Amino acid sequence: MLAKGKFVGRSVPRLEDRPLVTGRGRFADDISFPSQWHMRIVRSPIAHGRIRSIEAKAALALPGVHAVWSFADIAHLPPIGFRLTGLIELEAYRQTVLAQRYVRYVGEPVAAVFAADPYLAEDATDLVEIDIEPLPVILDAAGRPGPFDEQRDTETSVIEKKSGDIDAAFRAADTVISLDLSIGRHSGVPMETRGAIARYDEARDVLEMHGAAKVPHWNRDRLALMLGRHPDKVQLYEGHVGGGFGIRGEMYPEDVLVCAAALKFRKPIKWIEDRREHLIAANHSRQQRHKIRAAIDKDGHILGIDDEFFHDNGAYMRTHAATVPDLAAAMLPGPYRVPAYRARGHIRLTNKTPCGTYRAPGRYETTFVRERLVDAIAAKTGIDAIEIRRRNLIDKNAMPYPRGFSTLGTDVVYDSGDYAKLMDRLLAAAEWQGMRRALERRRATGEKVGAGFAMFVEKSGLGPFDKVRIEVTPAGTIELITGVASIGQGVETAMAQVCADTLGVDYTRINVVHGQTDRIEKGMGAFASRVTVMCGEATHMAAVKLREIMLAAAGQLMQTPADMLDLVDDEIVRTGGTGPTMKLAALAAARPGDLTAEAEFKSSHMVYPYGAHIVQLRVDADTGAVAIERYLVAFDIGKAVNPMLVEGQIIGGLAQGLGGALFEEFTYTDSGDPLAVTFADYLMPTANEVPAVETFVSEDAPSPLNSYGFKGAGEGGITPVGAAIASAIDDALQRPGAVTQLPVTPQRIKAMLRDR
Amino acid sequence: MRTKAAITLNINGRDYPIDVEPRRTLADAIREDCGQTGTHIGCEHGICGACTVIVSGEPVRSCLMFAVQADGKQIRTVEGLAQGDKLHTMQQAFIDHHGLQCGFCTPGFLMLAVGVLEREPDISDEALIDVLSSNLCRCTGYQNIIKAVRAAAKEMQKK
Repeated sequence: MLAKGKFVGRSVPRLEDRPLVTGRGRFADDISFPSQWHMRIVRSPIAHGRIRSIEAKAALALPGVHAVWSFADIAHLPPIGFRLTGLIELEAYRQTVLAQRYVRYVGEPVAAVFAADPYLAEDATDLVEIDIEPLPVILDAAGRPGPFDEQRDTETSVIEKKSGDIDAAFRAADTVISLDLSIGRHSGVPMETRGAIARYDEARDVLEMHGAAKVPHWNRDRLALMLGRHPDKVQLYEGHVGGGFGIRGEMYPEDVLVCAAALKFRKPIKWIEDRREHLIAANHSRQQRHKIRAAIDKDGHILGIDDEFFHDNGAYMRTHAATVPDLAAAMLPGPYRVPAYRARGHIRLTNKTPCGTYRAPGRYETTFVRERLVDAIAAKTGIDAIEIRRRNLIDKNAMPYPRGFSTLGTDVVYDSGDYAKLMDRLLAAAEWQGMRRALERRRATGEKVGAGFAMFVEKSGLGPFDKVRIEVTPAGTIELITGVASIGQGVETAMAQVCADTLGVDYTRINVVHGQTDRIEKGMGAFASRVTVMCGEATHMAAVKLREIMLAAAGQLMQTPADMLDLVDDEIVRTGGTGPTMKLAALAAARPGDLTAEAEFKSSHMVYPYGAHIVQLRVDADTGAVAIERYLVAFDIGKAVNPMLVEGQIIGGLAQGLGGALFEEFTYTDSGDPLAVTFADYLMPTANEVPAVETFVSEDAPSPLNSYGFKGAGEGGITPVGAAIASAIDDALQRPGAVTQLPVTPQRIKAMLRDR
Repeated sequence: MRTKAAITLNINGRDYPIDVEPRRTLADAIREDCGQTGTHIGCEHGICGACTVIVSGEPVRSCLMFAVQADGKQIRTVEGLAQGDKLHTMQQAFIDHHGLQCGFCTPGFLMLAVGVLEREPDISDEALIDVLSSNLCRCTGYQNIIKAVRAAAKEMQKK
């Protein structure tokens, strides 16, 4: 039963905006408690070394400095565990909340200072003397592994995914194409840095942590386990969150430290990260090197793909464990038939900041790799790259399409899609042939201009469940309570739209409560473009139930059979349109506590949106700079709840993708010192670099796995940007395969032009 | 270092007599000493612009100014834009054009845009984008921010 769609599918204004434009938000740093102490972390200045001593006397002598902790003070706390893809063999590489014996990256927490004020805490960290004996550093994940500790080396695990007979494919090949491709080290870098404020409420015996984000329930359960408390005695509270992108809201050492300190000192403990800390201590992502080979026949059909890649996870295995390399291996084949496939991913550690996910984890990387490979097939065979894609695309009649392996605990089965239709629509919108001819004419006059095309399949809607409770209070307020989280993406608006349509009320009536562990007993949070799919369906299910309950209750009061009643615009009316009516508020007042329903949506499969990007750009031969002249995106997400929000996700993702393709990179010196520690070094796109974008959101392939056909919209804006840009730069330089590494910085373009 | 100076910050027309260390940033003083937390701190090194406020009519980065330097000056923050329940044209335009997602950078963009348009109401499109490129947003990709500011500029010209 699907409602009439008064709100779903419409670009209604967001419910979130008013407090955010008036300065009334509640971000982490906006939360304070009386008599709070401030925590400041002493971080390792050395990339790899053995800790000889930590001396805090001078720091403790400063008036107002209350305590300094090092590992000995928290030795009872276990390392932080894995939230996803937690392979057993990776556990030995988990990070303790303060360094134990060794430091393994610049920025690693070594000690924690607690003081009356943040300026003082920072003064005190300068007085903590740490003596570290330097050890050789490992910075190249694709090089030879080295020692992690006395027992283990830096190759933590090798993951493998395969289907078909890869050896037979290469034996049968007409041609084999080999590429060596690298993706730089990037991260989500939200505008709000991390923050956590812990407070122990003695009266309730509850430890509270404010500043939670993304996955509050998982973090609550894990904090309870680490601190030896009952989960009901640890509660997490999400306020406003200044951007997520994968990095924010994962459990980090600092979160555990504020909680442990609040329990120990019985004082509220506040920690707010500064930007330098953020750039060296919060998760990095992306860095991989792929050595990939394709077996093709004489017509450019892919017979097999064999990829060996090296994933640089930095110094430790954090909460994501093997998630990024696992997704890379599973999603590399993209929209193409790959009859035989093998991916082997070496999960390596280096003396750099530990890694986690960043928007489109594993897909940004492997879409670059796969689309580079397809372009190389075209160059090798002399067949047009679009035609090569067309010959290899999975046909819509082959859906659902199983890949023959799994990721994130789900079998990879593309649920629906018409890839060729989407490709043709975007090519037509761009007037691709005309665009190419016009660029050719400009190149003839000496301009370095080119066009690039890239396709991708995304994944979204990761289960295993989401639960929603909808309550109408006696005062008539409608509350939708969920365990998902808001990271700025518009979850309140989107869920209110779904709920309102199903119930028969205005969407502005729905108060969406999220990220509060004391309001609902479980929840999965906001990641993997899962919220609209999972929570949307759970919301729909709960609203269907609540509507039945409300009509039945109204039927008793109005002495009318429930099936002759309808809820329209906040009012119970007879379906015929005549006779007595009853305001929802009157019903709520008459039935206090009765108007509540909950539902849980379970799903063991992800849903797979897909799309394509086209970019036209110009390379400045003198400076090596790239100017985007035109950018088009086609993205099929099954069903758009709010097209305005979907477009916002696409363009926002695209901007980040451009950053990773052209500007952003965490680089290190040979001794492992980070070189990108300010926004003057880690260059994110500004309004000058991000072009106007032509977006084409389609609904050709609704998912068969939920009522509305939703697929997640959060990542398709970023996924193929590196791939499309690389293709366009090749075209501009008229050198197929020139780009082998992201980001394509001006220096790298200048080098390509010199190498000519 | 720990001696404090007695200063008065005038924020949105109201005086806040406070005692601050000379090293205290204006951003921290506005937020912590005056309780106006709408001004956000994104980088503390003058690049992201989240902390932009208007001091004596000019948009400034309050993380790069010491509170003592703003003693006695007229400071405007995001909290002062709306008149009661009536949003400023710029605030309404950001809502209408989906010019924000997480909203963390938004106060800085609002104050930057308002400050510039009050000074230069008929700023060219090109110059406007150049001005907006001085602040960072990680969610929107800027296109809707540009649309919102252009729309607000037109509205503000009418008034």
